[in-house]
Amino acid sequence: MKKTYKLEDLECANCAAKMENALNQLEGVHANIRFMQQSMTFEAPDEQFDSLLNQAQKLMRKIEPDVRVLV
Amino acid sequence: MTKKQRKRLVRILAALALFIVVLFLPLQGVPQLLAYLAVYLFIGGDILWRAVRNILRGQVFDENFLMSVATVGAFALGDYKEGIAVMLFYQVGEWFQSYAVGRSRRSIAALMDIRPDHANLLLEDGSLSQLAPEEVDSGSRIVIKPGERVPLDGIVEEGSSSLDTSALTGESLPRETEKGGEVISGSINLTGLLTVRVTKTYGQSTVARILELVESSGQRKSKAENFITKFARYYTPAVCLAALVLALLPPLLLGQSFGVWVYRALTFLVISCPCALVISIPMSIFGGIGGASKAGVLIKGGNYLEALAKADTLVFDKTGTLTEGKFVVTQQKPVGVSADELLQWAAYAEQYSNHPIAQSVREAYGKTVQTQRITSAEELAGFGVRAVVDGAEVLVGNAKLMAEYEIDMGEAARQGGTVIHVAREGRYVGSLLAEDLPKPDAIEAVADLRRLGVKQMVMLTGDSAEAGQKVAEGLGLDGAYTGLLPQDKVEKVEQMLEGERTGTLAFVGDGVNDAPVLARADVGIAMGGLGSDAAIEAADIVIMTDEPAKIPTAIRISRKTVSIVRQNIVFALGVKGIVLILGALGFASMWAAVFADVGVAFLAILNAMRALYIEKAPAENQTAQLQRKVP
Repeated sequence: MKKTYKLEDLECANCAAKMENALNQLEGVHANIRFMQQSMTFEAPDEQFDSLLNQAQKLMRKIEPDVRVLV
Repeated sequence: MTKKQRKRLVRILAALALFIVVLFLPLQGVPQLLAYLAVYLFIGGDILWRAVRNILRGQVFDENFLMSVATVGAFALGDYKEGIAVMLFYQVGEWFQSYAVGRSRRSIAALMDIRPDHANLLLEDGSLSQLAPEEVDSGSRIVIKPGERVPLDGIVEEGSSSLDTSALTGESLPRETEKGGEVISGSINLTGLLTVRVTKTYGQSTVARILELVESSGQRKSKAENFITKFARYYTPAVCLAALVLALLPPLLLGQSFGVWVYRALTFLVISCPCALVISIPMSIFGGIGGASKAGVLIKGGNYLEALAKADTLVFDKTGTLTEGKFVVTQQKPVGVSADELLQWAAYAEQYSNHPIAQSVREAYGKTVQTQRITSAEELAGFGVRAVVDGAEVLVGNAKLMAEYEIDMGEAARQGGTVIHVAREGRYVGSLLAEDLPKPDAIEAVADLRRLGVKQMVMLTGDSAEAGQKVAEGLGLDGAYTGLLPQDKVEKVEQMLEGERTGTLAFVGDGVNDAPVLARADVGIAMGGLGSDAAIEAADIVIMTDEPAKIPTAIRISRKTVSIVRQNIVFALGVKGIVLILGALGFASMWAAVFADVGVAFLAILNAMRALYIEKAPAENQTAQLQRKVP
């Protein structure tokens, strides 16, 4: 499943790159973060989608605590 | 400015004022330290807190950490003023970045402001109900008032009006539409009230597809972007390591004072922040894509923008791309009869044929056909038509048809091009020449591309060698490959791709039956994307109108964007490099370092914004003038 989310308070371009990098380390995940569009495309296997998205959000907050994924 | 930004700006200004006050206070020793510390915590407290929090989360080498170490270090060395100044400027830089990104996002969004906000659904009882465009089903009827944005694609059932499509196509001339005509979502209804039968749901309609395309254009990142994010990953740790070496080695090995070298190392930490570098690249690319979409050129990703900038070979499809894709009778050569008679017989015989050539003949005739005069008409596929008009047998078709019926064409047999021969009662009465004429801006577009340094321009066509060569020569192309079937076109492009080349190869087609070729080329450009799903799907770059003159415009935009990106990379790396060297030698203070960091970000962002603004190509202006002459 592939979904696109809006991101809020993503303030630093380098952090966006770091996040993208971190998310793509997750097994089965293909993520794409667009700093300029403040959005993210997240692709993961259907059955684990929600848990992976959860993990992804944690990873993102680790890099930039303010960032929020608008689900 | 968002609320958060305003709050931060107020804090920065307040901290600056406090800082100046403390600078002039006659304080000494501990009270002075405390005063400076208070200002420092006021402006940098959140950064310190973030640094601590991120380290606890296992996130080292982030900007907060670097800035914290640098400024705390400055305090430890007794350079209070510098500690505060570095933090202050860092905050100013961060604020400016966030402000500029917001601004550029908004101005690009404004360029792409084509999202309709409502649709007026026409109910059974004739009343209107205002709904979100997403809620309207295909097949419903909607009313579009003058001044409103067309919410969904559809067909006009009642009314006529002109539509402003400039936000979609970059074309300033309004399009006329009337009963039976198409309306395209995202355009603005200018003059009349329209009742429209919706043909596509919102998700499928032009406006939603374009918005989705622009929104997801960041998915295909440019090489420059990938390079710089990768670079940043190594740059920061490397500079930090260098700082550590700088702080320890000279004092330990050479016995020099720690203070001097620690200070130089802290300068390094300030410079090691990568954000200025990283931010300006996607910003420039996004600006270029936004600017292009304003001009009616949709670019599906930064990588295609880069590839287009390097294009030195252009391969064009002929029909519908360089030519109008429509036959026009350009010459009449009657033999022993009048031109009017020749045209009349041909038009009558071709009355029931759907062939494009038959259409051109009827159009050239221009008068109403009295169908009772036609007793029979028979289509002979691959040959032409045989009909009985006014009781006489009329043959209209190619030379093969004439040969089949053993009609002596005399001189006329030697003509080239698409010739329509006409015979009546077994006697040759003359011929008509039909041509698919080049688009009005095609010649200028080719000349313009030549000026841009495109080395090779060729045309592919399924047409005969004669017709193809004539168009290619007329337009000033380097050559034409003729008589090609669709699969031959792919093969030809593959051959060219394998050949020796320096730049990229772009294929320009209309997206109708050349999807495989569009996919195969380095850059696939589809023309006339407005309303054609196939074209939007298959191509990397979509030209919304069917003007070839947009191709040089697209190349100009991509080149400008790529050069802005390059300037930013060279500039940011250059300044950082120089300050690093100066810092290591002790010539650059922390002040210089933070100015370099913030200043570079500032200038790079301003430079990136230039990508948004585009000039029109000369060829495009010319088409606009040509079109204005046509009433």
